[in-house]
Amino acid sequence: MKTVTMMLALSLWLSSCGSNEGSSASADSSAQAASSESAGGNPDYDPKRGTGKFTDVVISPTLDKALAEKGKATSDVKCGSCHKLTDEKLVGPGWKGVTSRHTPAWILNFMTNTDEMINKDPVAQAQLEICLVRMPNQNLSDDEAKSLYEYMRQNDGVK
Amino acid sequence: MKTNLTKILALLMLAGLTIQSCKPKNAGNASSSGSAEKAYVAPGKYDEFYNLVSGGFSGQMSVYGLPSGRLFRVIPVFSVDPEKGYGYSEETKPMLNTSHGFVPWDDLHHTELSQTNGEVDGRWVFGNANNTPRVARIDLASFKTAEIIELPNSAGNHSSPFITENTEYVVAGTRFSVPPDNANGDIPINTYKENFKGYISFISVKKESGEMDLAFQIECPGVNFDLSHAGKGKSNGWFFFSCYNTEQANTLLEVNASQRDKDFIMAVNWKKAEEYIKAGKAKRIAAKYAHNKYNEKTHTATSEMKKDVLVLDAKALKDICYFIPCPKSPHGCDVDPTGEYIVGSGKLAALIPVFSFDKMLKAIEGKQFDGSFEGIPVIKYEAALYGEVKKPGLGPLHTEFDGKGNAYTTFFVSSEVVKWNIKDLKVLDRAPTYYSVGHLCIPGGDSKKPNAKYLIAYNKITKDRYLPTGPELTQSAQLYDISGDKMEMILDFPTIGEPHYAQAISADLIKDRSIKFYKINENENKYVTKGEGQAKVVREGNVVHVYMTSIRSHFAPDNIEGIKMGDVVYFHVTNLEQDWDVPHGFAIKGATNAELLIMPGETQTMKWEPDKVGIFPMYCTDFCSALHQEMSGYIRVSPKGSKVPISYSLGKTKTIAKN
Repeated sequence: MKTVTMMLALSLWLSSCGSNEGSSASADSSAQAASSESAGGNPDYDPKRGTGKFTDVVISPTLDKALAEKGKATSDVKCGSCHKLTDEKLVGPGWKGVTSRHTPAWILNFMTNTDEMINKDPVAQAQLEICLVRMPNQNLSDDEAKSLYEYMRQNDGVK
Repeated sequence: MKTNLTKILALLMLAGLTIQSCKPKNAGNASSSGSAEKAYVAPGKYDEFYNLVSGGFSGQMSVYGLPSGRLFRVIPVFSVDPEKGYGYSEETKPMLNTSHGFVPWDDLHHTELSQTNGEVDGRWVFGNANNTPRVARIDLASFKTAEIIELPNSAGNHSSPFITENTEYVVAGTRFSVPPDNANGDIPINTYKENFKGYISFISVKKESGEMDLAFQIECPGVNFDLSHAGKGKSNGWFFFSCYNTEQANTLLEVNASQRDKDFIMAVNWKKAEEYIKAGKAKRIAAKYAHNKYNEKTHTATSEMKKDVLVLDAKALKDICYFIPCPKSPHGCDVDPTGEYIVGSGKLAALIPVFSFDKMLKAIEGKQFDGSFEGIPVIKYEAALYGEVKKPGLGPLHTEFDGKGNAYTTFFVSSEVVKWNIKDLKVLDRAPTYYSVGHLCIPGGDSKKPNAKYLIAYNKITKDRYLPTGPELTQSAQLYDISGDKMEMILDFPTIGEPHYAQAISADLIKDRSIKFYKINENENKYVTKGEGQAKVVREGNVVHVYMTSIRSHFAPDNIEGIKMGDVVYFHVTNLEQDWDVPHGFAIKGATNAELLIMPGETQTMKWEPDKVGIFPMYCTDFCSALHQEMSGYIRVSPKGSKVPISYSLGKTKTIAKN
């Protein structure tokens, strides 16, 4: 967890440099993990999973309603300013259908490892070209992220 | 300090000297190019030390990195700061409340880091207000002013905010003696000797929270208390205050307060004072002083007016205070890391007396007194003296220590820093400053454990050192490498305000504890808006509360109608961001206060009383994203009595809610 926080902190620091931060990543050797180079051409990069701590996420076929409720509460404070529940783009894309567009691991990694994902992931980068606002790192805990994912599933019709 | 400066400058002129003549001939080459590398910190690299520097008459404290001399932050303390909304937002206004009401400015002279076991610990830094006497505590996790306490019975709080070795107390000594607050002050000024008193204050600091309380004051004779430092190690339990104007002059001090050959260092046995308080010897005296605290959960300051203070009478109690004669208007009063040596610096002296704590105790025990001054025993000079540094320079002011047996003293008149050995009192090295150095700082240099890699000299006059900027020139700091036998200047850099005392500390003790943002879920501001869904505008008579959120890159709501002339509108803006380095600003056209600058997760409030009918834009002032320029909105102001209802919206062309 400590390294993750560290990486987040570093990538946060990088985020203020926008997409042009190639030269600024030398402050600490671990910052190299947050290099701005796209991972698109890297055969080891799994675009379905993205980059971050989540790898294989097992999802129940049915909805955990209580968890989705928690997700809604978090979304109201930290996400709802920019994401609508429909497919309409506000600041960021609408959430309708998001759970079928991406794997659970990709979404959870994007939520919890935002800056590295925007720096590396080709799909996240393509989205940035549309929205032009880097998704803010809202410092979600793993539990908050999982509850948000459940809320997205509910929004996509999982019962 | 200004008075002292004038005094010394006047003396200089009398002697037919000018500052210019103190200037070494090779000023331009003082720092060789090779040594500049020692101060070079590459882009993207961190500095090794934080340098917390007093902002003098700016009233603020500044934060520099060392060895680079880069300025990172100006912390608003005693003066309003429109850039940060400090003293302008409803939440921060109470921080500047005093018994005189809201005071928007002061003069911050000295900084002092909190200590544990005599070592700097990086938790807090204290600052003093010299004009309207106060002490502030700055939290070094947030780099914000957390607390300010006012001091009654005081004026010109100069010998402050020095601390005891476990931060039990922060002290304050009055520079201008005055009649006590509860005495009749409507008296002739020339009754100074009979009616004016010098109060010194001991402010307790809670171990965990840092919360301050005025524990007690000691009433002393009317003189000018100038600087102070706590005993440490063996002398822990004692505090030493320099004082001048023992002539008790009330006019033309530069002449009349320079008559006596020796003034005093006052030794205060504060452990004894504590015993007297326990024994009920202190009087609770009516007083009025403000105690202001900033709450990090509500993001709101509160101000409480205190009603009384415990006072001990130094004269009646006999053995709390002792005077040690010290030549020629002593200024700096510095205690070496072992706690044995007390260095007094007479501003007009050409020698430095070093007193011995052991000898002082023996002198008190053996009653080696030279009479008394206003009822306080005066210890014989020779009985407390360890020795004198002969011909060190002209006008010694302040001394810091390297922990290796050496002391470094600044000389205002001869513009130099002089290194000398404490044991044999021999001068070892001297380095010029450009020009007229006041204070100096070595990291931990007034603690038990100095980290003596660098020395920084803070200069009053820069003259020809920088590009001219009209009549007012910058003050400066000069950095010396003191790791070798000889001091080597490696950098000089301009400073804000007038730098007086400063502290420096290894960055490792602070940087990892820095707060990155406030957790929105823990925000307990009365007017917080946790999510756009809760954004609203509520009218209560002619008061309108706007519950507003900000996130890259819009406000919610951003269209507000139904405000009328005569309304008092409060914009409570909550920054919903949960990321480091993403404050949002908030400004309204024509607002007569300042902007808000809202940290992530924080709520701040701007009070606005519209002055005319029309449309008023509002916008984010802190560049936050590629769409920052879009982060704006409109407020419609209608005439008094208008029927336009309150309405507010975001992203709609027609209103979405009413009440």
